[in-house]
Amino acid sequence: MTATEPSRIVAPRRGMSRKQRRLALIGAAGAVLCLAAGLVLFAMRDSIVFFYGPTEITEKGLQPGTRMRLGGLVETGSVSRGPGQRVTFAITDSKTTVQVSYDGLLPDLFREGQGVVTEGVLESAGRFRADSVLAKHDETYMPREVADALKKQGHWQPGDAGAQKPQR
Amino acid sequence: MIVEIGHFALALALGVAVVQALVPLWGVSRRDAALASVGPAAAVTCFLLVAFSFLALVVSYVRSDFSVENVVANSHSAQPLIYKVTSTWGNHEGSMLLWVLILTLFGALVAVSRRSLPTRLRAGTLAAQGFVTVAFLAFVLLTSNPFRRLDPAPGEGQDLNPILQDLGLAIHPPLLYVGYVGFSITYAFAVAALIDGRIDAVWARAVRPWTLLAWVFLTLGIAMGSYWAYYELGWGGWWFWDPVENASLMPWLAGTALIHSTVVMEKRDALKVWTILLAILTFSLSLLGTFIVRSGVLTSVHSFASDPGRGLFILAILVFFVGGSLALFAWRAPLLRQGGLFAPISREGALVVNNLFIATACATVFIGTLYPLVLEMLTGDKISVGPPFFNATFVPVVVPLLLLLPIGQTLAWKRGDLLGAAQRMSAALVLAIVSGLAVVAIMRGGPVLAPLGIGLGVFLIAGSAWDIGERVVRRASGASAMLSRAIGLPRSAWGTAFAHAGVGLSVIGIAAAAWSAEGIGVLKPGESLTSGRYTVVLETVTPRKGPNFTEDVARFRVSAGDRQLKPVEAMKRVYTARAMPTTEAGIRTDGLSQVYVSLGEPQGGGIAVRVYDKPLILLIWIGAVVMAFGGALSLTDRRFRLAVPRRAATRTVIQPAE
Repeated sequence: MTATEPSRIVAPRRGMSRKQRRLALIGAAGAVLCLAAGLVLFAMRDSIVFFYGPTEITEKGLQPGTRMRLGGLVETGSVSRGPGQRVTFAITDSKTTVQVSYDGLLPDLFREGQGVVTEGVLESAGRFRADSVLAKHDETYMPREVADALKKQGHWQPGDAGAQKPQR
Repeated sequence: MIVEIGHFALALALGVAVVQALVPLWGVSRRDAALASVGPAAAVTCFLLVAFSFLALVVSYVRSDFSVENVVANSHSAQPLIYKVTSTWGNHEGSMLLWVLILTLFGALVAVSRRSLPTRLRAGTLAAQGFVTVAFLAFVLLTSNPFRRLDPAPGEGQDLNPILQDLGLAIHPPLLYVGYVGFSITYAFAVAALIDGRIDAVWARAVRPWTLLAWVFLTLGIAMGSYWAYYELGWGGWWFWDPVENASLMPWLAGTALIHSTVVMEKRDALKVWTILLAILTFSLSLLGTFIVRSGVLTSVHSFASDPGRGLFILAILVFFVGGSLALFAWRAPLLRQGGLFAPISREGALVVNNLFIATACATVFIGTLYPLVLEMLTGDKISVGPPFFNATFVPVVVPLLLLLPIGQTLAWKRGDLLGAAQRMSAALVLAIVSGLAVVAIMRGGPVLAPLGIGLGVFLIAGSAWDIGERVVRRASGASAMLSRAIGLPRSAWGTAFAHAGVGLSVIGIAAAAWSAEGIGVLKPGESLTSGRYTVVLETVTPRKGPNFTEDVARFRVSAGDRQLKPVEAMKRVYTARAMPTTEAGIRTDGLSQVYVSLGEPQGGGIAVRVYDKPLILLIWIGAVVMAFGGALSLTDRRFRLAVPRRAATRTVIQPAE
């Protein structure tokens, strides 16, 4: 904003000069931005969830009680139901396998041998309690994190289960 | 044959778009009226060619022409006609073609609109729009050609993803795209103004209807998408703070800010540079959204199979247009003549506050959405930023904005009276507090924040009603005088009131979600499950056959206390072509609330059932529709219908060829 422009506004009242008004505006903007920055930093500390593959849990020495996302392939033949709404299954990256328990209804596209992402709490190195299993819209869709986690263990090429035929 | 013609038309459109992008600018710089007037003709031609091309694809889908690769991958001959048509844009290639179709439609609309635009502005706008069209036509032709043939042609298609076989696909993408892509016009206007080096109230008045139009459609598109996800995904959520959702929310927020800042510019000739920046940012966020959705770089619950290679192409487009326009902005904006400053306590001051808060809210969504991407690039750590982050950042920024809204709405232009405005709003505030307390008394306990949310919603609605009521009653006596005064109020005043009341309705709907309840159980016929105020009894489970699927239909009796509601059916479908299961939730509307029944796996002779009580949930989407209605009302305001007086013809060197 240039200071030499002709003033088009009515003369300032209550002793607030043009400059002061501009400062007030900038001050208000600064205050709101600071508030937002503070909120963002505060929220970043608590509400961010890391994603790990099964092998990374032991590799990184994650402590029980850690909240995280766990992804990999649902091991074939590992899904069992009951008691009640409890479902247990194993998530594997073909090197390490983690037992997962989940209370609730599974999404439609949850299948053995396919990629899955769950979110929950690590109970011990080999046990995980999920409170959500992420749904997906497309049977050929492989969550990118899962694909990466499997690639890391060298056991995945495009064309494997869950990611067969990238459609087009 | 029509497939090849469609493909050819698309290629031809690219050529015409190049003409549209370059010739008018050249004409303006050479002050050649004939060259400058090529723009409108090129824009209309380009639209007709793309429309023909799109139609060709629709025809291939309707005919189930399985010699076309795209049709094979996304269609099935047994689909009902409506889904054959909607399958056209239920895939990457077709949806990008729809994107380009709407892009060229807006170019053509600007070209034929009878509002008298300054010649240079129209030429510059069409040229900028032409550049965007060139980029996206090239994208479609080079990476996402929907017309590729397949030889030999298979006998049957692979069917469309079952989740998309729904009326939602007929409505949601077109609405959303008209919104998303509509902001390309405001972007083009901004770029044209920067090139031209002048910007004033005429510019603001020319841009505002397009902004409003795009905003109205984006609002409806987001609401429709939210409702679709709610009833189709089977877990009763309507907003997940998912990257794909945020991708549409960010341009909406920026567009909302833009609507408000153009008012200031139009009325007070201020906030010019900021408005230009907003116009650029809004479309940039639309492009970013397209990139996020199409590239699959961020894991989303709404993800479909995606292709990183194409993502890279869109990223290049994004960098070019965002970077280019921001560079242009940095270079030219200091040359724009500044408007006046103004008193902080005034309508325009309030609108600045509005812009400040909305821009900040948009920034928090932006950070939350893109932070995982940045962190992964920097450290390799994979994280997800979920609802807790957005609840802790977005909500605290938006709530003060909504609290201030009714007061700002009633402030006068130039020099407002804060105390007077607050006094005028005191009735609305009292009503809000009373309703909040009433909710506490009736619900007894429950979450603390929810009654505050309801009170806030009531405040917004009552504030808007009060504002209109006051203007009608003031100086008018007798019912007929008031009626004529109400009719005589500018449509934009009504539009503002409706839009803000719509926000209030949505806020109430969102707050009421705190009282929603969920029940899960395994039911055999005759058994019941209670959730919140509602009880469902499973009556029968019967198999049924649809055109391209088979389903198990579970029929439930629904009651709320002693009241019997109509029965509801929930389905578990398997689509034969892809052998893919989907859940079709059974939803019974009860006033503004809904009972939501969704099926799980069969277990031990019964079937897993999830029942939700969703109190007042319809208000969320009704609120959005009311907001859009308000926007549409503003669009019909007198000042947009009348021809804008031409600005003093000082610098109009070019005169249209007679």
